[in-house]
Amino acid sequence: MAEATINKPAPKSRPKHLDLVRIRFPLPSIVSILHRVSGAGLFLLLPFLLCLLDKSLDDASYGHFVECASHPLVKFLLLGLLWAYLHHFCAGIRFLLLDAHKGLDLPCARKSSYAVLAVSLALTAVIGVKLW
Amino acid sequence: MVNRPVVGAHYGLKDWLVQRVTAIYMALFTLFFVICLLCLPEFGTQEWQEAWKDLFASWCVCFFGFLFVLSLCYHAWIGVRDIWMDYVKPAGVRLALHIVTLLLLVGYAGWAVHILWRPLA
Repeated sequence: MAEATINKPAPKSRPKHLDLVRIRFPLPSIVSILHRVSGAGLFLLLPFLLCLLDKSLDDASYGHFVECASHPLVKFLLLGLLWAYLHHFCAGIRFLLLDAHKGLDLPCARKSSYAVLAVSLALTAVIGVKLW
Repeated sequence: MVNRPVVGAHYGLKDWLVQRVTAIYMALFTLFFVICLLCLPEFGTQEWQEAWKDLFASWCVCFFGFLFVLSLCYHAWIGVRDIWMDYVKPAGVRLALHIVTLLLLVGYAGWAVHILWRPLA
């Protein structure tokens, strides 16, 4: 296999650039890139969460916190962050298992990435409905 | 021929390990915290506010929450730094972004500790 790859010249028609519109991500890649996106989102909105926590624990600004937290836009943002946390959590556990060489074969890796997407979305929906 | 010694390149492994150890700690704390949240009364009521404040006045949340904050900042530092290293090639811009990230995270840690330890003051 390795020898064949070395001896054969690469076909001329091979694309030189990645056409991001035409490329289809396999499920594990989607989970992986969403892990990064959710992590970046959580980092960017960390001051917002700290601000809310700060307000919620201070008697003087508690009223303002309740007002803030019941604003539809803030709720929407919090729902997004909830999904980000849950996805980062579930995908993180999957990566830890992969690190421990658990579920490395392709069918298993596909199933576990599907499970990560499904569980994090389902939990977001359940908690979101409960909190709304 | 480049005669490079193969020592002194362990920082990658250290960061890899720290990222995972902090992740496991944060996952465990999350489970503990979710159980605490499930025990709270209905959100927005007077009872909720009292219970919420009591939760954050407990030594458990003060102590393990502090460790959570430290874990989060170290974990986020490794993760965000990796993002900059993957996508930002010019060394000057990358260095600037690293510094901004580091300063922000240290600042957030200070802010979080101020919030967490206020009941102790």
